[in-house]
Amino acid sequence: MYHNAKELLALIGDSGKSIADIVIENEMELSEMSREAVMEQLQYRYDIMYKACHDGLEKEVISISGLTGGTGKQMWDFIQTGKGLQDMTTQKGIAYALSCSEVNASMGLIVAAPTAGACGILPGTLIAVAEKLESSQEDILLALAAAAGVGQIITKNATVSGAEGGCQAECGAAASMAAAAITQLCGGTPAQCFEAAAIAMKNVMGLVCDPVAGLVEMPCTKRNASGVTNAILCCDLAMAGITSHIPFDEVVDAMFRVGKALPSTLRETALGGIAVTPTGLALKEKIFGTGGCGGNCSACGGCQ
Amino acid sequence: MNISMFDILGPVMIGPSSSHTAGAQRIGKAMYMISGKEEISSVKFYLHGSFSHTLSGHGTDRALVAGLMGMDASDERIRNSLEIAKERGIQVSFEPQDLGDVHPNTVKIIAVTKSGKEYSMIGSSVGGGEVEIVEINGTKAKSSGKYPTIIVTHIDRLGVISKISSILAHHEVNIVTMSNSREKKGSTAITMIEADHSIPAEVKEQLEELDYIKNVVIIEKFA
Repeated sequence: MYHNAKELLALIGDSGKSIADIVIENEMELSEMSREAVMEQLQYRYDIMYKACHDGLEKEVISISGLTGGTGKQMWDFIQTGKGLQDMTTQKGIAYALSCSEVNASMGLIVAAPTAGACGILPGTLIAVAEKLESSQEDILLALAAAAGVGQIITKNATVSGAEGGCQAECGAAASMAAAAITQLCGGTPAQCFEAAAIAMKNVMGLVCDPVAGLVEMPCTKRNASGVTNAILCCDLAMAGITSHIPFDEVVDAMFRVGKALPSTLRETALGGIAVTPTGLALKEKIFGTGGCGGNCSACGGCQ
Repeated sequence: MNISMFDILGPVMIGPSSSHTAGAQRIGKAMYMISGKEEISSVKFYLHGSFSHTLSGHGTDRALVAGLMGMDASDERIRNSLEIAKERGIQVSFEPQDLGDVHPNTVKIIAVTKSGKEYSMIGSSVGGGEVEIVEINGTKAKSSGKYPTIIVTHIDRLGVISKISSILAHHEVNIVTMSNSREKKGSTAITMIEADHSIPAEVKEQLEELDYIKNVVIIEKFA
């Protein structure tokens, strides 16, 4: 077992193993599963991720509130025009993440990674990068395992809950996981994977969770898109040999402290940030009327 | 603390929120287990904090009812669970209520089965789809649903816990966690045990034959 990146890297030592190897060995022991069974579970989850990343490309997927949706298709259509500025891998990753996030908001089937609100970042990034690299299915699943290892460490030492740590804990964690996954897929060393993960988390340190009307829609969908770009950027930095300077474990500790320092208005309560802008409040009223709660209290700030 | 990689890459779930949708489904499922999977005739949900604020917006209502009918987090019927409950003749109602010093995402459920038995529980969704059942039939409890659980309501008397554990050992049920609480000395007490493997029905029968034991509930793993 490992509690942090330092311990995981020590377990790897000079064995030539990957992060995924250690994470899978740990899972085999913890869940009393064979390696084949672990890989089957990963494949099952990957298939659901893949479908969610594609269902919103050709057709508009609309959220259950009816207020958002269709951005996966908009981005996919835009990619076909060839006018996008980012490279094709990043653009496709963004479209996949938007699709996955919209499938989630429409009460579709997704895999929380690590949460439902951030569910588009890891699969969107991974699928797009694997397409560019023409990776084998085995390598894609091993990249997922590496991502899970990073997520385990964040969960053990900090939090992946927006209510506890803000969006940095959800979309930040997802981008860290995705950055490590694709760095492993690109042939980076385990140390480089953690450099990429550390930088990705640092890039969104302090990011608040301020969902309009408290729903996993605005700004969540677009933060999923942003997480893809963050992950790919950090993979490139790590593969260039650039390091974080601040080690991953210390970045995770810092993220947790920052999360605790955030006022509760900026931790998933919909009482701060864009949720209480005039437009955010108007959208809330459109969904719930003058307060889904009855409308006569000051409990949530929505009726101010 | 060792965490499964499938808790990180998971749950596999119907969106949109791991805490408000998947967590709500698990709490509903806990009631399905506590009521012995009997058919329900009516159910009332008392929603606390954030659960009441964004009820339908996160499908919390549908997820709770789906869980109550035994559906899993990945069951696509969650979307239509309110209609399905209506077809099955289950009366469902939702009400906001301040449940006091509990987690922001908490619900109290009171369910009546078709045979007329009433069950109550309070459960919290604590993040990422993880849940904690904090009260069952009016007595304090603590269950995450990750292990098969046995809840024994008994009189606080010397040796009762030792009898419970020896019956479990006789059926080769290994204890993972164990907790005991009582209202006051010599009054009603509750012992909750989480086990490695599923707990056979004979355990319940044998325990209920013992003195001082009032009630035994076995809950299968629901998370």
